[in-house]
Amino acid sequence: MTTMTESAQPRPISFAFLAQIILIMNSFIMLYPVVVMVFSAFKTTGEIFEHPFALPDFTQVQNFARVLGETSMPTYFVNSIIVTGASIILILVLGTMAGYAVARYESRTNTFILLFFLAGLMLPLKLAVIPLFILLRDLNLLDSRWSLIVTYTAIGLPSAVFIMAGFLRSLPAELEDAARIDGASEPRIMWSVMLPLARPPMAIAAIQNAVPIWNDFFFPLVFIQTDSAKTLPQGLTTFMGEYTTDWGMLFAGLTIAAAPITLLYIALSRQFIQGMTAGAVK
Amino acid sequence: MPVSPKQARTLKHRSWVAFLVVPPIVFMSLFVVYPILSAFAYAFYEWRGLARGEFIGLANFREVLFGATMGPVVWNAFLHNVYALVALMIIQNGGGFFLAWLLYKEPFGFRFHRVAVFVPVVLSTIIVGFLWKLFLNPNFGIVNQALYSVGLDSLAKPWLGDSSTALGALILANAWHFIGFPTLVYLAGMQRIPSEIVEAARLDGTTEWQLLKGIVWPLVAPSTTILFTLLFIGAFNWFEIPYVMVGLDGSPFGTTDVLGLVFYRTAFGNQSASIQNFGQGSALATLLFLFIVVFASMLTLWLRRREIQF
Repeated sequence: MTTMTESAQPRPISFAFLAQIILIMNSFIMLYPVVVMVFSAFKTTGEIFEHPFALPDFTQVQNFARVLGETSMPTYFVNSIIVTGASIILILVLGTMAGYAVARYESRTNTFILLFFLAGLMLPLKLAVIPLFILLRDLNLLDSRWSLIVTYTAIGLPSAVFIMAGFLRSLPAELEDAARIDGASEPRIMWSVMLPLARPPMAIAAIQNAVPIWNDFFFPLVFIQTDSAKTLPQGLTTFMGEYTTDWGMLFAGLTIAAAPITLLYIALSRQFIQGMTAGAVK
Repeated sequence: MPVSPKQARTLKHRSWVAFLVVPPIVFMSLFVVYPILSAFAYAFYEWRGLARGEFIGLANFREVLFGATMGPVVWNAFLHNVYALVALMIIQNGGGFFLAWLLYKEPFGFRFHRVAVFVPVVLSTIIVGFLWKLFLNPNFGIVNQALYSVGLDSLAKPWLGDSSTALGALILANAWHFIGFPTLVYLAGMQRIPSEIVEAARLDGTTEWQLLKGIVWPLVAPSTTILFTLLFIGAFNWFEIPYVMVGLDGSPFGTTDVLGLVFYRTAFGNQSASIQNFGQGSALATLLFLFIVVFASMLTLWLRRREIQF
């Protein structure tokens, strides 16, 4: 952005200074609560009440040990991984199947199929939670991790179909034709020729869906009662209710719940930002 | 009759395409289309617990909108959703536009600020809600502690327990959580503006404000369309932050009650009084759904008209 600094006159310099102050303040407001959360997790409740802003003794890890040792937090954690992982796999498999068919094979029904998934993209399934609850009860899935996996797959599938179809359509037809002349079957062309090229859109579809699924609270709240099937956000409400007065424990629980996604985000911030804003940025 | 090679191939081809298309469509039909269509139907029946009773026409809708018990609760909550929508339009989307403009110039530390503003967005709403609930605690929360330490004791309050500040506190917690999203969507929108346009304006000596108002704001209209529509949908589905921070009843005294909480209480019961009414819950969901669809499409159409092609 050299052109901007060249054309800068005295006034824009003070503007840049002001902008810098606002940005620093904003980043402070965004990060400081997270820092206080982590610091407090290393303190006893008494220390939090007396010195809320002080640096903790980072060797004091008994809150973390207690959260991992005496609570169901590890179970919630494993459940969140299973539910998120299984949903993403189902979304990618089903989304790639439909997306591939629409993108690579001419058919009169393609428009209908796309409209069908477009409707799914628009309708908030949250508002159909009562019939979904009854359906899952009739299928004997209620109060199990499967109730969440099928719900999240249904919510994530339409966007995956559009992302995959959009990408697969852009691949040149020569790729397929060459393989076809060599006598490769259609499934073989899809699996060995086309899909290896489709990893970037799969990553986008995976991140776009994984973050909301990992963080969702509403569907577990309605579908899950048993402690052993709860995911992290719902388990967190149980945990917070059990330790209301033990603030050291509360902050340690919040820190443990926030850690994986925050660390992953810091490591892969570009992919996260791209994936999570993919629906809103054309 | 033997099948000709060509027929065999098309048959094989057709079954292959069907194999690809049918499972996703069946899945969507079962878990999206069927529940949504049923949601409308359920609203016209009387429900006893989980069992569907008689067809009662519009009675559930009448109770939800004008009934002696439900009516006032629903309208009170609706008003709070509208407040949240307006406040978040200004704070979250407006603030996001402003921050994006500062980031667009790629100042020193640009990458850091861009990553920092998005950190709360990746956190679960439940974590954000609990975190701010602890921070806003009247005695030990850091908000009041900070006020005490700088001698502003008179400003310290029980933020979530005071009727005049509770809803505002929820709105600010939500804005903290999500402001990174509009910021980065607007930033991407600004980065797509052809640089010749901005540079030409600068050479003409346009002021910063004229540039922002006359060029940037109109040219990021597509981002505005999508952000305002998403916020509209989000504001009327608002549930997690109020649920975690003020509880199912929208305390104090229903001053933070929103439609999401009313819906959950109606359909899945209140912990204190275990009442469950699927009929009224479905009627509320149907009305909310129609409201969102009608107004969100009107909003989208209206915002689309002001988009400029370039």
